[in-house]
Amino acid sequence: MIRLTDVAKEYPRSGTALSQISFEVKKGEFVFLTGPSGSGKTTILKLLYMDDKPNQGEVWVNGVSSMTASGREISRLRRRLGIVFQDFRLLEDRTAEANVRFALEVTGAPKATIRAKVSRALTQVGLASKATSYPRELSGGEQQRVAIARSLINDPFVLIADEPTGNLDERATRGVFQLLRDINASGTAVIMATHDLDLVRRSNYRTIELNHGRLVFDSAESPLSARPSDPTIAEVEAASDTRENT
Amino acid sequence: MRSVREALTASRRAPLLSILGVVTIAFSLFAFGLFGLVAINIRKALEQVEERVEVRAFLGDSTDIESVAAAMKDIGEFPEVARVEYVSKEQALERARKEMGEFADVFEAGVLPASIEVYLRSGMRDPTTVKSVADRIRTYHFVDDVRYGEEWVEKLYRLRTIATVAGLALGIAFAAVAIIIIGATIRMTVLARAKEISIMRLVGATDMFIRLPFLIDGLVKGVSGGLLALVFVWVANRVVNEYFLQTIFFSREMIFLGVVGGAFMGVLGSLVSVGRHLRRV
Repeated sequence: MIRLTDVAKEYPRSGTALSQISFEVKKGEFVFLTGPSGSGKTTILKLLYMDDKPNQGEVWVNGVSSMTASGREISRLRRRLGIVFQDFRLLEDRTAEANVRFALEVTGAPKATIRAKVSRALTQVGLASKATSYPRELSGGEQQRVAIARSLINDPFVLIADEPTGNLDERATRGVFQLLRDINASGTAVIMATHDLDLVRRSNYRTIELNHGRLVFDSAESPLSARPSDPTIAEVEAASDTRENT
Repeated sequence: MRSVREALTASRRAPLLSILGVVTIAFSLFAFGLFGLVAINIRKALEQVEERVEVRAFLGDSTDIESVAAAMKDIGEFPEVARVEYVSKEQALERARKEMGEFADVFEAGVLPASIEVYLRSGMRDPTTVKSVADRIRTYHFVDDVRYGEEWVEKLYRLRTIATVAGLALGIAFAAVAIIIIGATIRMTVLARAKEISIMRLVGATDMFIRLPFLIDGLVKGVSGGLLALVFVWVANRVVNEYFLQTIFFSREMIFLGVVGGAFMGVLGSLVSVGRHLRRV
């Protein structure tokens, strides 16, 4: 379903972001992408939703190849992806419901189905009662739920989440994470980039760890004991790098 | 249809920005329009002066009327010539007296020669053409002298060339300024909606789908800015007419062209602004 083959990405100013990255994600899988800031998590996610193209290698998502994809194909692919960010990216001047509806409208979905789909998505994330609230009237956790509802509206085969709990307190984090697990349980694959090692440790999902743009660990290929130990984790918590901010 | 709705919603969400946009476009087109008005009036004035370019052939005293009539017919068939008029001695005297006013009595009958006045077609009044016509008329044996205000024609022609070149250069400069301002105005709209655009892309809207509302927005702003500018120019023209001097206004075709031009600039500005934005993000 998703396959990266020997992918390398370089930025003109900040240099190598990724090199020799290869992995596959199967249908319905839950994958954590971990690593310190600047290790290339966000870059990998950008390559997955084809916001960027690799300088080398190939990213292959649901039949669309980074080497040949046209603008139209990319647009079409994104309608089958759910994308969620740390900063929610909601439109402040629209209600929760309008934010969710927006994702359907801009893809030219038939009007008749929009209302039902929107209310179903809001119910799924537990926000049916806040449909008419504006983002500023919602807590961080609630805003992220709206963003998730928006990402679910087109029945994605995979949910790509870039630090979805990065701006949330612990309680909200648990709630949002549980929501992602539920979504995964219903058959949607989830790829989640995160700093939160607690979250990673507490669940048993596949983990891919990056460091300096290289894949240093993939729990699908190595036994759990071979996982890089404390120094890397310390780095995870301490490091900061501007590259991640793009 | 959706794009129209989307464009309208966007203006409703940011009414100040939209009004600012229309007014900015209107003022830049107003400057362009005022310039255009000045340009067409200068041209009109020069044309009026040019109409007075004529070649005058003075005839010998003993010329018989048949030869003159034959010559006038010949000259009238020159491709450069619009019309030919005969001025008899008496008419010349009368005209001179009228022009001289208080010195009218210094002229006596028979002093002034009869002449043929040759008027040239518009576009045939440049020094070279005038001279060639004069030279040809000079070949008639009964023509004593040919005058056409050589220096004056040359000066007028030079003035016209300067006016044309300056008009073109200024016109291009004004148009460029208008285009840049319109582009910047629309760019503001695009930037104000940058987040919306980025989300649209993420959820899989095609570039065309994103672009269309902006194009319509640009079109509407261009047309309304153009119409507003037209009102400004019209008022300015009225004021000048009322208090200063007689001027002419744009013809209907020019007005139509101006509004279409405004619309075109609006669409082009949007296309460039959104295109650049989409390529960059």
